Amino acid sequence: MPVGIVSFVVALTLAALTAGLLITFVLAVPVLVALLLSIRALTHVQRSRFRSLLGVDIPPPTRPVGETWGARLKAETRSGDTWRQFGYHLLALPLGVLGFVLVTTVWAWALALVTLPAYAWTLPANGLFGWELHSPAMVAALTVTGILLLLVAPWVAWAVASVDTVVAVALLGPSRSKALARRVEDLTRSRAGAVDAADAERRRIERDLHDGAQQRLVSLAMNLGRARTRLRDAPEPARKAIEEAHEEAKQALAELRDFVRGLHPAVLDDRGLDAALSGIVARAPLPVRLRVDVPGRCSPTIEAIAYFVVAEALTNVIKHARATTAEVNVTATDGRLRIAVTDDGHGGASPDAGSGLRGLAQRTAAADGVLRIDSPPGGPTVIEVDLPCES
Amino acid sequence: MRIVIAEDSVLLREGLIRLLTDAGHDVVATAGDADEAMAVIAEHRPDIVVMDVRMPPTHTDEGLRAAIESRGRWPEVAVLVLSQWVEERYATELLAGSTAGVGYLLKDRVADVRDFVDAVVRVGEGGTALDPDVVSQLLATSRHRNPLEALTPRETEVLKLMAEGRSNRAIAEALVVSDGAVEKHVSNIFMKLDLPPADSDHRRVLAVVRYLEDAG
Repeated sequence: MPVGIVSFVVALTLAALTAGLLITFVLAVPVLVALLLSIRALTHVQRSRFRSLLGVDIPPPTRPVGETWGARLKAETRSGDTWRQFGYHLLALPLGVLGFVLVTTVWAWALALVTLPAYAWTLPANGLFGWELHSPAMVAALTVTGILLLLVAPWVAWAVASVDTVVAVALLGPSRSKALARRVEDLTRSRAGAVDAADAERRRIERDLHDGAQQRLVSLAMNLGRARTRLRDAPEPARKAIEEAHEEAKQALAELRDFVRGLHPAVLDDRGLDAALSGIVARAPLPVRLRVDVPGRCSPTIEAIAYFVVAEALTNVIKHARATTAEVNVTATDGRLRIAVTDDGHGGASPDAGSGLRGLAQRTAAADGVLRIDSPPGGPTVIEVDLPCES
Repeated sequence: MRIVIAEDSVLLREGLIRLLTDAGHDVVATAGDADEAMAVIAEHRPDIVVMDVRMPPTHTDEGLRAAIESRGRWPEVAVLVLSQWVEERYATELLAGSTAGVGYLLKDRVADVRDFVDAVVRVGEGGTALDPDVVSQLLATSRHRNPLEALTPRETEVLKLMAEGRSNRAIAEALVVSDGAVEKHVSNIFMKLDLPPADSDHRRVLAVVRYLEDAG
């Protein structure tokens, strides 16, 4: 109630002043600013009231965005949120009064009627609305009504609070579409964060393996190699054991090398997509024409996704397409990175057929990208990926 | 041979020192990062620097940049670049300009001690040592764009071995054919690639690799 009175007075006065001063634009602006600030402050007070008294958390209304102070003022003045909050601050008083009256009336009547038998005899016989207050039947009926009212009273208070809450949530909180928009923003941000974190984790593991296990294994293979050349006179079984260990160490190195490269290609960071992709193309067992026309650099996560998209698409071509040549085109325009991998194989590629293409689709989608596969039976197959340059 | 080793892993640095010292070479200095390497090369002017690609502070390609810079400043100092993964792009950058006294090998190759020491000596004497993996990448890249397709599979094989810096005798041994057969393949390669035949092993490699560079 007191909050309601304050907000009603402040909001209405300032609004009236603003409206009145609108003709003298210069004077209206400071009052408008005061009004907007008051609306914000009152909303804050109301939100904490709902949180502390009723345990209702009303999400904060959206803050206007703008480069300059003037732009923010304009945005806030135009925002539907602002005027819905204004509406609530005006409504708070009548709503509060109504609720207060209703609740106190019900309680008062309930208490008065329940205790009626104690004082009915002091009242005039037809004292109230012409009721027979001295008839025991009538007193009993009114007392029962009082008990019922007493039972109903908390529910009335609850209902009043609920109506207040519903109105407050509807008017003070962000509108539904705004709430959804905010949710989408939050989800987009957290998903981008998750994708970036996964990428950073791969880089970290790659670096750890490079600095740790790989160096140690090279050292081991080197020592076994030295032993192999120096211990030529050792007994046959010992020599054989060293030879086998040496070969196995080299094999392990080769396997670890491919695995580490599959985590993250280091050349991508210092030379970019062109260099990293020409490494894959040069290793492909079929001729691949590579064209990369990317003037700047995209975000590291997007570059990594683009790299793995091409790697996986080419693996797919080599494994399944029975192609004789393939082509990789990468272009960047208007903040979009576009990749097209084409082969002259027998077609029929689909994300449902193998986990490779499905993984591609998932990785692309996680970065807000689009994957299209055009692979009619008989070929040719075109896999196109469209990614935002910034994640 | 006077050698400088630039490698940030202490384990590998010590291993390389032992390996090269065993073979009778003199490791005059070591460095743990690219800046230190440049300072050490300037001071000692070794016959050859064995350089790791990824070194502090950024752990990306500072070793490669240092190798290229060293070749520009001190052409008489040979450079053998080692890496856990060989990149076609790095090879092209490293071989741009001159191919004398340059090597680019996978780190794994140090496990085959004798071959590795041979490669160090070959590069230190002004020759070339390219990892088979690098060579096949360069050939694959060039095949997509040039008349190398005219070569027979056997000639391609011979060319690969040549690009690794091997002599005719070594190629003949590797392919289990006679020296004469190899010479015939080699002259065919030169003819098909339109390159003038040259007498020395080294100049021949230069010609082959220069051709690969042009294609790449």
